Amino acid sequence: MALRGRCLRFNQLLSSRHFSKFTSCVGVRSLSENVSSKPVTSNVPETTGDHLIYTQEHFALKESLRKIIDQEINPYVDQWEAEGKFPAHKIFKILGSAGFLGVNKPVEDGGLGLDFSYSVAVAEELGNIHCGGIPMAIGVQSDMATPALARFGSAELKKEFLIPSIMGDKVACLGVSEVGAGSDVSSIMTKAVRKGDEYVISGGKMWTTNGTQADWMCLLANTSDGPPHRNKSLICLPMNLPGVHIARKIDKLGMWSSDTAQVFFDEVRVPCKNVIGQEGMGFTYQMLQFQEERLWAVANVLTSMDNIIQETIQYTRQRKIFKQPVLYHQTVHFRLAELQTEVELLRSLLHRATALYIKGNDVTKLASMAKLKGGRLVREVCDSCLQYWGGMGFTSDVLVSRLYRDTRLMSIGGGADEVMLGIICKYMDTLPRK
Amino acid sequence: MGSSTSLVPKSVTAAINAHGFGYFGCPHTFGQVGYRLKRTEQYIRVKPDNSSVVTDGVKHSMNPFCEIAVEEAVKLKEKKLIKEVVAVSCGPQQVQETIRTALAMGADRGIHVEVTGKDYETLGPLQVSKIMAALAKKEEAQLVILGKQAIDDDCNQTGQMTAALLDWPQGTFASELSLEGDKIKVVREIDGGLETIKINTPAVVTADLRLNTPRYATLPNIMKAKKKKIANVKPADLGVDITSRLEVLRVDEPPQRQAGMKVETVDDLVGKLKEAGMV
Repeated sequence: MALRGRCLRFNQLLSSRHFSKFTSCVGVRSLSENVSSKPVTSNVPETTGDHLIYTQEHFALKESLRKIIDQEINPYVDQWEAEGKFPAHKIFKILGSAGFLGVNKPVEDGGLGLDFSYSVAVAEELGNIHCGGIPMAIGVQSDMATPALARFGSAELKKEFLIPSIMGDKVACLGVSEVGAGSDVSSIMTKAVRKGDEYVISGGKMWTTNGTQADWMCLLANTSDGPPHRNKSLICLPMNLPGVHIARKIDKLGMWSSDTAQVFFDEVRVPCKNVIGQEGMGFTYQMLQFQEERLWAVANVLTSMDNIIQETIQYTRQRKIFKQPVLYHQTVHFRLAELQTEVELLRSLLHRATALYIKGNDVTKLASMAKLKGGRLVREVCDSCLQYWGGMGFTSDVLVSRLYRDTRLMSIGGGADEVMLGIICKYMDTLPRK
Repeated sequence: MGSSTSLVPKSVTAAINAHGFGYFGCPHTFGQVGYRLKRTEQYIRVKPDNSSVVTDGVKHSMNPFCEIAVEEAVKLKEKKLIKEVVAVSCGPQQVQETIRTALAMGADRGIHVEVTGKDYETLGPLQVSKIMAALAKKEEAQLVILGKQAIDDDCNQTGQMTAALLDWPQGTFASELSLEGDKIKVVREIDGGLETIKINTPAVVTADLRLNTPRYATLPNIMKAKKKKIANVKPADLGVDITSRLEVLRVDEPPQRQAGMKVETVDDLVGKLKEAGMV
């Protein structure tokens, strides 16, 4: 009794998506075998001992995180996508309590003090969430709004902002991009003018993930009139200060469960001690973490691609066309093989870059290449796979259409493709010489 | 495939041997229901020769009822009612991962009983109970907690057999467990409702679904588990003969679900059922 109940519940928890097949010859819709379209984890060909960067602890970490995803997140994704917001405080608290938000943060701040390969493992596992919005929001909390604070922040600042963020008690957001400045960070206009013991902040930020729920923002603002790469500072800004206006929640093509805000600052006063590290170093601090941000994004999207390919195989295996499974048509299984090959290539690049990075190397070129390829490949994978789902791929009932929308962002956010290309060319020394 | 979880509490009164170990063993088994032969991760397929199911490349994880048993053990330790929790699993090298999960949940040390190859394929509740009974005696355990059954073979025998071999009382299908002096109060889930019994220690208890909600292995505990010890032992070392007295003749998949049909009215439905000879 109880066993069946539990396992049925498991099924309901774990296979949240069902779809039905339409038979064209009879005018009646027939419910064919319910295929669970829950994503499948990739087959890791290596044994634990042989893996390039992962140890048994990495795999144990992934398994535990997967349980949290399966029980606390995935059953509710459809609902949160429809509502346009996921409960960040609730989810971050669960993740924070289990130690997943401070993987590579210092132990004295409540982190685990582990190397970046553990963060990559977390990022990979988060790709099993049935949408792109929630992993993105988690990534902002764990690896975009907090690294500079962890490295350069004062003890007081860490106590107020970093430690609660790692524990999942406070939701963080990152305020860098503006309406007039995305790729061109150096041209942001938000000013923080020093008046006595305070900064008075005016301006606004755009594309703020977690913006409507955040307790604090890691804000990049101009704090002096110097050269554009040296006049900016990172400031820990509580979001409940007078003058902080959350203008609107932006309605987007995808990433629906992640609330993205446009924020205005109307003479917001914040103590000077809220500056992270040195004044004027904000731009440099933010740049330092780009390698990690980019590798993180790639790790996340790799799992999504594996899952989409596997789901597409499962669907096309049971969906018949002209009397045989769609999968049996050579164009289909050959194309899926091509895509999987490229996914493995990207995975190898990610693991190679991670291995070098944790040894202390600068992997800017490889990380930029990986991000560039990741953004482009995921578009290809989603697009090709969606085609094989036929009409069903065009509906909101299936994961492939959601990820098709969500993953389009990767070529834009976190460093647009064009910026990645510029960086790679710089390393290849092919840019026009002055 | 061999499953057992056991937990041993320490008795707090002086009358009983002060050694208290929490014993905990977990099966190395599939993570999904057998009846539908569909997994959370992949489809389970029967081998072409119908001898068993394909296990290569299938992800294994701790039996859900064993997770509940571990959780109960760790909770008892946190309440300081028992001294030590020991996790036991029987199987090949890979079961060490499962033991590590138990360690990450709070077990103190592990025992890996090595059973490999053909022996592992034929390992069933009787052999596992013999192993558990031998270990319980060796470690002087006071309480053995197991999951009530494994979700791959659904045997529901190991706990009961272990108790019989040890000649210990048993509290099976436990949905509530409390230590009262030198006795254990167990609330059991039975067909008619709930039955409360009091049994003497040492005893065997098997965990049912509602006993608790297992905690997530947190990352700090996963890292700490690395330092905890897992001892290696062979069945022969315990004087246990694991030859099987059972032979599996055949394994078949359940019949494929047929397409259904939608009808407009109740009369249509009755008509169709009559046509199909069902009423």
